[in-house]
Order: sequence, then C-alpha cells, then structure tokens
Amino acid sequence: MAERQPLLAIEGLTISLPTADGGRASAVRGVDLSIGEGEIVGLAGESGSGKTLSALAVLGLLPGGAKTGGMIHFAGRELSAADGRAQAELRGKDVAMVFQDPMTALHPMLSVGRQMTEHLVFHRKIGRAEADKIAIDMLERVRIPNPRAAMARFPHQFSGGMRQRIAIASALVTGPKLLIADEPTTALDVTVQAGILRLIEQLRRELKLSVLLITHDLGVMSALADRVYVMYAGRVVERGARAEVLARPRHPYTRGLLDALPHGSPSDHPLTALPGSPPAIGRFPAGCAFHPRCRFAEDICRADIPELRDVQPGRAIACPVDPLSAVPA
Amino acid sequence: MTYLRKSWYALPNLLRFVVRRLFVGALLCLGITFVSFALTQVVPGDPVSANLGDRAASDPEIVAAFRARYGLDQPIPQQYALYLERLVHGDLGESQQTHRPVTTDLSQYLPATIELASAAMILALVIGISLGVLAAIARDRWPDQIIRVISLAGVSVPTFWLALVTFYVFFFKLGIAPGVGRLNPGGKAPPSITNMFTIDALLAGQWATFGIALSHIVLPAAVLAIYTIGSITRFTRAAMLESLSQDYVRAARAKGLPTRTVILRHALRPALAAIVTVAGMAFGRMLSGTVLVESVFSWPGIGQYAYKSALALDLRAIMGVSLVVAVIYILVNMAVDLIYAFIDPRIRLG
Ligand SMILES: Nc1ncnc2c1ncn2[C@@H]1O[C@H](COP(=O)(O)OP(=O)(O)OP(=O)(O)O)[C@@H](O)[C@H]1O
Ligand SMILES: [Mg+2]
Repeated sequence: MAERQPLLAIEGLTISLPTADGGRASAVRGVDLSIGEGEIVGLAGESGSGKTLSALAVLGLLPGGAKTGGMIHFAGRELSAADGRAQAELRGKDVAMVFQDPMTALHPMLSVGRQMTEHLVFHRKIGRAEADKIAIDMLERVRIPNPRAAMARFPHQFSGGMRQRIAIASALVTGPKLLIADEPTTALDVTVQAGILRLIEQLRRELKLSVLLITHDLGVMSALADRVYVMYAGRVVERGARAEVLARPRHPYTRGLLDALPHGSPSDHPLTALPGSPPAIGRFPAGCAFHPRCRFAEDICRADIPELRDVQPGRAIACPVDPLSAVPA
Repeated sequence: MTYLRKSWYALPNLLRFVVRRLFVGALLCLGITFVSFALTQVVPGDPVSANLGDRAASDPEIVAAFRARYGLDQPIPQQYALYLERLVHGDLGESQQTHRPVTTDLSQYLPATIELASAAMILALVIGISLGVLAAIARDRWPDQIIRVISLAGVSVPTFWLALVTFYVFFFKLGIAPGVGRLNPGGKAPPSITNMFTIDALLAGQWATFGIALSHIVLPAAVLAIYTIGSITRFTRAAMLESLSQDYVRAARAKGLPTRTVILRHALRPALAAIVTVAGMAFGRMLSGTVLVESVFSWPGIGQYAYKSALALDLRAIMGVSLVVAVIYILVNMAVDLIYAFIDPRIRLG
C-alpha cells in the first residue's frame, strides 16, 4: 500500500458520557485513526463499541454532556477534540456525514430540493438557481431518475434505497473531502445494499473522496475498504489492510466477528461465533475488555489494558497473546 | 351517477376536501339549529314574562300581540319549519330584546369578539411558541425552569380572577391601561367595514383611532391569552424536544447549517404541525372564555350578547349565537386541517 498523506488523523481520542447516576463513563478510550486522501477506511465492531461516537467527535456533534480529549488533524489543521466549536468549521464543508436510516435522516417535511441546496447556498454564498443546478447534477450522479422532478418531491415519495442515494447526494453536494458513512446500508433491503456500496466506491473514484465507512458487519466492507479498524469497548483492537485483516485476522475478536458472518467465512477453522455480548459502557472489564469472551485469554489479559502494537508493516493488534500469528491462511 | 362520481374525483384534492367539509359542516349546523331550538323549548321560563313588564304581561292583548309578532302562537314544529325557511334566506329572526334582526346584532357583536380572540390567539402563539422553543433549547437549565413556572401559572390561574386583578392593577393602581370598552368614552368608531375597530381604523387610515383601539384590546386580549400561552408553551416544549432528538435534526447539524436554521427550519416545523392542532382547540376554548373577560372589560362582544339573551330567554338571539359559534368551530377546524396539510406534505387531504 502506497504511503499517502493522511487527510484526517485522530490521535488519542477519548470520550466520556454522563451516566444516569450522575457519574461519568468512558465510551471511547484512546483511539488513533487516520484516513489518507482518496482512501476508504472501514471502522467495524459490535454495537456499542464507540464507532458512531468517534465519528461524531470529528464533527463536534457529540451529545450534550460528553467530554472529549485528544487531537484531530484535518488537512493540515489541528483541532482539539475538546473544542467542539472548531469542528463546526468542518461540518458540511469539509466533512459530510450520512446516517444509518435514510427514513429518518431526511427531513420529512422539506422538499428534496430544499435539503439538497440549503447548506450549499449557506456555505458557498451562491444563488438558488446556481445551487439548484449543482444539486441536480449531483442527483444525476447518484442515479436518481429524473433529478429535476425529484427536487420538487418529498422524501416519503422515494424508496429506502433512493432516499439513501439522496442523503449521500445531499452530503456531497458541497464538495467535502471526507465522507463519514455510518452504517449506510444497515437499514436497507439486502437487494439495494450492494448498489449503495458500489455508489460509494464510484463517488470515491470520481470525486477523489476519502470515506470513513462505519459498520458492524465486516462483510459489508469486504469489497470496499482499503484499510480497516476493528473496535471493541472503545478501543481499536486491530488495524491493517483490508485484504489481510479479512483473510488472516490476528486479533481473536476480529476472528470471532468474521466467523460470526452468516456465510462466506474466510477460513474454516473450528472457531465458533462470538459467545456472549459486548459490555455496556461503564462496565468494561479490567485489562483487555475482550478477555471474558476470549478462549485464548491468559492472566496477562486480565491485568493490563493491551496497547495497540505493530506486528507487521501496516498491521497492528492490541493482544499480548497473539494466538493467531501462526495460523496459516 | 358514475359521471358524477368521475367528475368528483377529477377535482383537485384541496377542492374536494373543502367541498366535503363544507357539506358536513352544513349538516352539522342543521343539527345545531335543531338542538338549540329544542333546548329553548324545554328550558323552564316564559319569554313573555322575561321580556314584558309585569303590567304588560298581565294584559292579554299585549301578550297575544307579542306572541304573534315572534311566532310564539304557532305549533312548535311550525315554528321550527318557519325558522329554517327564514334561515335559508339569511334571516335569523328578530331579537326580542333589541327589536332588531339577530343578524344585525351579530354583525355588531361578533366582530368585537373575533377581534379580541384573534388578538389573544396571536399573542398566545407568538409568546407560547417562543417560550416553548427557548425552554426546549435550554432544557433543564434555569431558563427552562423559569418558563416552566410561567406556563404552569398560566394554565392554573382562573381567567375571571385574573381579569379582575389585572384590570384593578393596570387601571386603578398604575393608571396605564385605558378604561373598559373598545374605545375611549364618546370615541367615534371608524367607518364600519369589518366592525373590527383596529382593522377598520387601519383601512380608513385613522391612525389615532387605531392606536386607541389597540390600547383597549391589549389588556383583555392578554388576559384571555394567558391560559393558552401556558398550554402552547408546554406543548411546544415537548414537541421541540421530540423533534430535536430526531435524526434529521442531527443530519441538519452535520450539514453545517447555523443553529438558528436548524432550530427554526428543521426542528420547529414538525413541532408546528402539532401546535396548529392545539391552537385550533384553544381558539374554541377562547371563544367560550370571552364571556368572562368581556364582562369584566365591558367588551361588547358575542359573549355578552349571549349572556344577556340567555337571561332574557331571547330565543332567536340564542339560536343565532349557537349557530354562528358552530360555524366558527367548523371553519377553524377546517383551517387547522388545511394548515396541517400545508406544513406536512405527507398528509393527504380527503
Ligand atoms: N447520547 C448518549 N447518551 C448516553 N450514552 C450514549 C449516547 N450515545 C451513545 N451512548 C453509548 O455509548 C456507547 C457507544 O455508542 P456508539 O453509538 O458510538 O456505538 P456504535 O459502535 O456506533 O454502536 P452501533 O453499532 O449500535 O451504532 C454505547 O454503549 C451507547 O450506549
Ligand atoms: Mg452507531
């Protein structure tokens, strides 16, 4: 993989949230992540691992009461994660986001045209007519049939897949450099999921876009991502080139996720699907948070939080045991 | 028949909706006339003794003339049929108190009430929505707490008591409120167009009269609005909290739109759809609430007219008021549904 200048680099991101009893709980515990220009990076992990929170921190859109630490570098700019106001500069202009459910992420009472152009007019200080033209071009690019007529229609008049295309078009109409797609296919029919993923790949090529693709399904990103990060309980546990990570997972958690896929398991080793469920925030086990579910756990796993360490060029895992290093492909 | 059906469905949705609602409304009004007619028959009391002095009431000739004049000598079904027949021609009969056509009375008293209730409604909407939005944005912080107290007070204070107290304080104590009524004593009403003095004064370009009429309406309108301010505030806060937590609001933020736009365009709009419904019901409640406020502020409105008519068993006036109030309810409801459909494109009229 060619060394690329990172467009976005997150360093030591921490996020804690207020709890019901008035305390605080860590949700994200020191995440480093970088995305090169034109790169698609996958961020995977089970529900509650902190994927969405990490993405929202980049945009400064964390829920009220969240406290953050760490640094965010974006295109040569350096922002403190704690200062949500700095990130507001990026929102919509440099970084755009697409959400999981296009049924709820588009405003039900505003026309497609309005939702496509309102931020364009605001950011670029251009007129309605010019904005309409750019928006229609973008709708055409994401293959909305009859884009001119679509501008006057409302979200409920489109299918789920079409709505997600509109949401993507609306996110990209201002020409951002980075698109954060938070589980963009999870809420859609299986039949339209592939189309959306192909669209993201196409847009990356055509618009020289960087993409952070969040998913809890490693299968979804298998065709798409250049590199993947796997998160568990607010930490990155494995990072590496997509092809290698999927073919030869080195962290037991990654391996468990892959084996839990309904079909197309990349190896037929007798590791059954992940037992148990991920811990809720505030209840992360001591040491490696994964150890209670890990069949390779040793004493050291219960004692220390493992650091992410390089095991090959471009490949890192947070596992002191590294039981899968010798497993053949 | 099929032709009729076809051309009916060829009409635009909006028109079909309006025609259907007006038709249903007309049926409803017919029902109202029947009920109010029946009620005026069964209430104990004799319009003769209520309207004629003791001496006149003891003179059989005068009584007979009175009964003949108002059709009271006819059998009851005939009286009703006659009433309906005149109604079709826009004749609501003659008031026994004022000896004028009820329509003339209504055209004078009704605009006063509509003016008062509309002013109150505008106040309630502007203040209630603003406070509700503020409270939602500042959820659980001090502005929210203060607004909660205000809105709770608004819905708890009895209107009549509030009317007396505010009048006492602002007129007698502070001397900053003008006196009762719609104009200063001896003031000349603007040329009669709508009979809403503020509007007529504006139309005639009489700025001084407009100022006076406005100063007279502020206090009673505010009193009338208090309850509705409270309920709209509470409702707006809840609806805003709901919409602020929606994905599409987060998506609007992610698009980098200014906070003001996110709140006023993306969050408030769905809340408004719900608020309109509440406001429609509130308007109905205001119309009945005017009786008390009108009597404290000597506002010559429909509430006062209805009250006096009821005391005098002025049958035609009572029925006229019932009918006109029913028509207002029907129109307001229709307007609410139209506005709702206008705000929310997912709603299909029909
Ligand atoms: N507004 C919030 N208030 C309290 N806790 C929250 C809030 N948002 C997220 N959390 C908690 O933070 C943790 C991480 O949430 P996050 O949404 O980042 O998970 P995720 O990895 O995106 O999972 P999913 O696959 O379910 O989207 C979860 O345990 C979640 O319950
Ligand atoms: Mg998520």
